[in-house]
Amino acid sequence: MKRSVTLRGETFAFADLRELMARANEPKAGDRLAGIAADSERERVAAKMALAEVPLHAFLDESLIEDDVTALVVSSLDQEAFAPLRSLTVGELRELVLTSSFAAEWERGLKSALTPEMVAGVTRIMSARDLMTAAAPLRAVTKCRNTMGERGVLGVRVQPNHPTDDIAGVLLSALDGLLFGCGDALIGVNPAGDSIENVIALEYALHDLISAVGVPTQSCVLAHITTQLAALERGAPVDLLFQSIGGTEATNAGFGVTLQGLAEGREAVLASHAGRNEFIGDNVMYFETGQGTALSVDGHGGIDQLTCEARAYGVARTFDPFLVNSVVGFIGPEYLANEREIMRAGLEDHFMGKLLGLPMGIDICYTNHVEANQDTTDQLLVLLATAGCNFVMGVPGSDDVMLNYQSTSYHDAAGVRELVGARPAPEFEEWLERTGIYDGGKLSELAATGPDSLLAFTSSLKELGL
Amino acid sequence: MSDNLPSPIQRAVDAGDNVSEVTPARLFIGRSGTAYRTSTQLQLRADHAFAKDALEASLSLAEPPMKELVERFGLFEVATQADSHEEYLARPDKGRRLAVGVAETLRANCPSAVEVQFVVGDGLSPLAVRAQVPSLLGPLIDHASARGLSIGRPFFVRYCRVGVMNDIGEALDAQNVILLVGERPGLATAESLSAYMAHRPRSGDTDAQRNLVSNIHSSGVGTEDAVRRILGLVDSLQLQGRSGFTVKESAQPTALPGAGGR
Repeated sequence: MKRSVTLRGETFAFADLRELMARANEPKAGDRLAGIAADSERERVAAKMALAEVPLHAFLDESLIEDDVTALVVSSLDQEAFAPLRSLTVGELRELVLTSSFAAEWERGLKSALTPEMVAGVTRIMSARDLMTAAAPLRAVTKCRNTMGERGVLGVRVQPNHPTDDIAGVLLSALDGLLFGCGDALIGVNPAGDSIENVIALEYALHDLISAVGVPTQSCVLAHITTQLAALERGAPVDLLFQSIGGTEATNAGFGVTLQGLAEGREAVLASHAGRNEFIGDNVMYFETGQGTALSVDGHGGIDQLTCEARAYGVARTFDPFLVNSVVGFIGPEYLANEREIMRAGLEDHFMGKLLGLPMGIDICYTNHVEANQDTTDQLLVLLATAGCNFVMGVPGSDDVMLNYQSTSYHDAAGVRELVGARPAPEFEEWLERTGIYDGGKLSELAATGPDSLLAFTSSLKELGL
Repeated sequence: MSDNLPSPIQRAVDAGDNVSEVTPARLFIGRSGTAYRTSTQLQLRADHAFAKDALEASLSLAEPPMKELVERFGLFEVATQADSHEEYLARPDKGRRLAVGVAETLRANCPSAVEVQFVVGDGLSPLAVRAQVPSLLGPLIDHASARGLSIGRPFFVRYCRVGVMNDIGEALDAQNVILLVGERPGLATAESLSAYMAHRPRSGDTDAQRNLVSNIHSSGVGTEDAVRRILGLVDSLQLQGRSGFTVKESAQPTALPGAGGR
């Protein structure tokens, strides 16, 4: 393939689809670091113009890399649904996803008719508002111990991390989150220690909390998949099986996982759920991703970070996950340089995940060595809530005291729900009303006002006989 | 108070009045509408300002407290391919590679093929190195020696990324490389240190071949616990002849011999 575009007398040529994709990408530090980014804004736009003319079948004719992720992506494509789209160009796909009738067609089958590469292609010729407008009507509804993803629902993962995994500290953080109406997506702890005993202790603590307060939600301890499965084997309650994944075989190897290992893990968790009688659905996986991860483990194979990210979603969707979370600002300035790149990536990841049918959430965050601050997370939070994001994070005071980065807080999550009129998962909201945390669809006056609200909550539990 | 809450939850509820005794997290801080109280809002800004400054803190082996480590353990400094703090942040590939000639320097100054090679790296927080390494390195070396392990001469890597462990493994052929490196500064602390551990690290190895003890700081993993956990992992790495996700940290690592250690 050789494609070229002439702009005001200057000709830009692109050797192959991989190069064309990389040059057409919006500015990302990681692509610059990999030496594959456009050399000028003129070249970037020329590449976008050339890409807009590429027919979708070209992405099947010309693999960007040969590995097990590509094989999985190709084999999981619905060829019948793809047939009418074969000759559509990337530019025409952009217009299609922005039409008002698209969501219905997507629901009827187009969600399985696109590969991650096609989705990553169209994303780079879309504006920020395009990405929000196109994503908003696409809903991915999933079920575990409650129902996530319905229209109007904005879920929140409570992330009650602790620097030494102190159980009381973790549970107290989780309780604070519940009192803000957070935790419907998940109560998920990143353990500071990866020992099996430690993970088991956290699994039981979260499970006991959920049982004791009778809240319809699910827990997860985000240790390596092999540690979680070892805990499961010893009888620990695993609601959701977590793993970080990437968009190439080499990236997954860098995480110590294989596609087969993920499949076996999912089967083991499903089997354990069959014996627990607490679940209303079969979505049992929780994946985390992020642009730049492939490059960070030297597993990108010359593919740009937006495309690697889309391919990670291609992996995720074959495992019917309950939640997928792009941790968008966590990776550092060498991959997403600043606030502008983080905001763009957050909107891109959410759109790409949704178009591929995923229950997409975003950890809107930043580390302290990147040029961003809490205004950055405020802004992206409102944009993503407007775009229909499935869930965001709730971290006490925005400050993760174990991972040392800032995300969205319990306050932020409760605030954006009010701002855009979003609600928690239906089963969870019913529980919030019953326990007095919510009153008439919003935080009650006494909820989350300080230590006294915890006492009010425990007495209401007592009254309810929980 | 409800009597039928499971005990860890009851303990958490009981701790509600004294949050800081169980967690450094910002809990039960109240609200105005759904927003922070003004004091919270401004405290967060202040903590962020300190975290930003911590990134640029200086670290010199010629000054206390690092000077003592030079005198006591012969700590010396080597460079990566990153030439400045700016380049270090922008080019992780350079921070993962020893500068030209450093492999030879290491071979000339450190014994090869030892069982444990301790390395100190500034990483993203020179403050963490200053705060933790002076009290950690001595006990680590003492206890490792007491177990009969051969110990290399420790050195300091400036503008250091974790991946530099591969080059160090190639240069010195140590059985276990342990890198004490400053973590990203957070809002609650800028003094958090990590110990990355690799068995016979070689070029091309990734985090999948490394073990980690993180959050070593005064309100996280204390010095004594850190020493116990790191040396417990050294035992596991030695026993299993590999490192990484296939080696799980044991909940009860071998007790430290003797109670003392400096």
